[in-house]
Amino acid sequence: MNLFLVLEQALNGLQLGVMLFLMAAGLTLVFGIMNLVNLAHGSFYMVGAYLATYFYQATGSYLLGVSLGLAGTLAVGVAVELVALRTLYERPHLDQVLATFGLILFFNELAAILWGRAAIYTTLPDYLAGHVELFAGLRYPLYRLVIIAVGLAVAGLLWFVVARTRLGMLIRAGASNRAMVAALGVNVRLLYTLVFGFGAALAGLAGLMSGPIHVVQPGMGELILIEVFVVIVIGGIGSIRGALAGALIVGMADTLGRAFVRPMLATVLSRTAADTAGPALASMLIYLLMAIVLALKPQGLFPARA
Amino acid sequence: MNRTLLEVRGLRKSFGALLASDDVDLEVLEGETHAIIGPNGAGKTTLISQLAGNLFPDRGRVLFAGEDITALSAPARARRGFARSFQITSIYPDFTALENVMLAVQAHSGSSFRFWRPAREEPSLRSAASAILEEVGLGGRSGVLAANLAHGEQRALEIATALATRPRLLLLDEPVAGMGVEETQRMIALLSFLKGGKTLILVEHDMDAVFSLADRISVLVYGRIIATGAPEEIRANPEVRRAYLGEEVAA
Amino acid sequence: MNSRIRAIVPAAGLVLLAAVPLAAALLDQPFYLDLVRRIMIFAIAALSLNLILGYGGMISFGHAAYLGVGAYAVGVLAHYGINDGYLQWALAIGASALVALAIGAISIRTSGVYFIMITLAFTQMLYYLGISIEEYGGDDGMRLQVKSQFPGLIDLNDANAFYYLVLAILVLALFLGQRLVDSRFGMVIRAAKSNEVRTRSIGFSPYPYRLAAFVIAGAVCGLAGALLVNHTAYLTPEFMNWTRSGELMFMVILGGMESIAGPVLGAFALLLLEDALSGWTQHWQLVLGPLLVLSVLFLKRGLAGLVFAKNE
Repeated sequence: MNLFLVLEQALNGLQLGVMLFLMAAGLTLVFGIMNLVNLAHGSFYMVGAYLATYFYQATGSYLLGVSLGLAGTLAVGVAVELVALRTLYERPHLDQVLATFGLILFFNELAAILWGRAAIYTTLPDYLAGHVELFAGLRYPLYRLVIIAVGLAVAGLLWFVVARTRLGMLIRAGASNRAMVAALGVNVRLLYTLVFGFGAALAGLAGLMSGPIHVVQPGMGELILIEVFVVIVIGGIGSIRGALAGALIVGMADTLGRAFVRPMLATVLSRTAADTAGPALASMLIYLLMAIVLALKPQGLFPARA
Repeated sequence: MNRTLLEVRGLRKSFGALLASDDVDLEVLEGETHAIIGPNGAGKTTLISQLAGNLFPDRGRVLFAGEDITALSAPARARRGFARSFQITSIYPDFTALENVMLAVQAHSGSSFRFWRPAREEPSLRSAASAILEEVGLGGRSGVLAANLAHGEQRALEIATALATRPRLLLLDEPVAGMGVEETQRMIALLSFLKGGKTLILVEHDMDAVFSLADRISVLVYGRIIATGAPEEIRANPEVRRAYLGEEVAA
Repeated sequence: MNSRIRAIVPAAGLVLLAAVPLAAALLDQPFYLDLVRRIMIFAIAALSLNLILGYGGMISFGHAAYLGVGAYAVGVLAHYGINDGYLQWALAIGASALVALAIGAISIRTSGVYFIMITLAFTQMLYYLGISIEEYGGDDGMRLQVKSQFPGLIDLNDANAFYYLVLAILVLALFLGQRLVDSRFGMVIRAAKSNEVRTRSIGFSPYPYRLAAFVIAGAVCGLAGALLVNHTAYLTPEFMNWTRSGELMFMVILGGMESIAGPVLGAFALLLLEDALSGWTQHWQLVLGPLLVLSVLFLKRGLAGLVFAKNE
């Protein structure tokens, strides 16, 4: 197997991993702090992608498009929290799942009305297009490197905020003891709205960065959302560290699996058998991984509350 | 009468730096009512959770009727005749009183992988459950949803549920907690009625209840049993008085 | 009064359902026959979900998996020219039970939100599996050339006969479901939902009972899958789409989890609403979504709760 190919796929895996992390971080925080299962988290991914694309086309500036897209997703997240989700915190998980499922239908249809059902292909500005020669013989798309850098930077920033700031202290305290935080005189409602909004913005960031790689279309958020669930189950619910570990594991496993399971099977099976079993196995890989992790550690790799 | 039913040897459990059970040794004899008392934070809840199989010790052994049950789950212990009530009433609020008890009877009479016959209409389950409800004074309340029973009735129902498993040992975690004077008297009467026929472990803060019911008392302080003996011995024990009972009982 | 309503409503419902083919023929609207048949098939699926969701407290967000497995069992056998209905449906039920056993064995060890995510994820895995197998049409799916054959018993190409078969299976499922939830087994899964700690303390380990319930629910839903693929005459991974699982959950909640017949009400309410809205605007999901949110927020005991007031 070509070493460069492996390296390139590993970078792709890392890139998928950081995207999954951006999604998982918000979801796992919202669950850890507000005890809310938010299926509509994928909708913010989609909203971010659509808004950034729209603003980029409207203003002609990519950076402006991205900024407005992020701000817009934050605003949508805050609005959804205020209007619909706030009343769900104290409700059973079943109610949360169903209500946020209803929200998904709403958002997907709204996107279809505003921008149509067809997939939108977005372009990159010249300064982000093209390839970088990492070293002799390995050229890698600049944009994917940017995604990796942004993702890792956000992960570092999140670590800083959660571990070193007063807000982070409240977030950690809120995850383990809600009543105590309220007793400290903190405006818990505002804290919740803030956390939820920034979680939405992170999902929006993932979505708008994915736009130029994949396509922008209604329902795009749910496919990644279910992978994010796998990430969270593997990493341990409520844990940022777990979300990062899970995201990288799932990103790598999924990408490398799709690239190499078939050729590897072909070395032991017949070509047609490998052609049939390869894609099937590759598509199931992360779920099988999840099953194995669950069998060994039912609370995930990094349980938030021991 | 003097055979050991439950034997605890060197039980140790820690949570981080906190040693909640510190080499606990305990012997409960067949037929006795054995009270475990101790100040708040002494580790009573941790200890009884390990006895009932809701929590597993780091070290030490629990023997029940000569069998090592240290590694057995709560249901497995229940099937061997170890029943318990909880400090916070644990019943089925959306089932009737009769159904609550019938389920416990069902757990100990044949397989429950039966899919066809309505369990409510099984005469043997019904009659056994009705008899036990009668015994605890809830005979007239069998059709009431457990959620709609008064607090004292719910506690009695929980004890009925435990009795319905035909236990060899009944562990009662603060059976009179949160009760008024009259309800407490009724509960103590019920427990006196059960006492003698059954082996009871009574974990209780109410000293009237403890001293009127217990044959022997063990005192738990900071995870250690500091004394075990008959009520008058415990009352007279200077270490116990200093550590726990204080002046209120000594007076 | 209340007990009279309890007796009259199901009987009236059965009479209404039995009269649908006649009404459709008189009105010359075969579409209604098709619609109600489809709704009844989903009602069977929702009913099976309610065994574990409503009675067992297991929030499975992956019940569409068994619709898919049942449908694929029929479709794949038909693909290889095996059209014997007994064999096809037996495989549909058996394969669904097996898949439920595997998924349940892992996921029932967990609880709460883990359980929700895991059941959803495993169903997504099967969905992707369906998409990746080109032999069976990949994501396009494939046509069911010949419906399941039950020579001498029934011809599924006869729309009325097929309709009454579905109705009969629905009634049978309702009857057996009621027996099940009232049986010793049913009492144990309800008890484990109501108070797990208490249930363990009287001597029941909930796991084997929950797993058995999960398998039974999967098997019944597999049968619904076999019906569905015969109904649509088309096999597609979309049967296992996660939104399908969500819809099944909604049918259960909308109808009410506290009775066996609730999910049937829910299936009719949801699918008739979908049908009405989609006839009105192509953007019907824009209306349906918020309606579902509102129903969760305000209709706590489901439609069955509106029809049958609480006993006490």
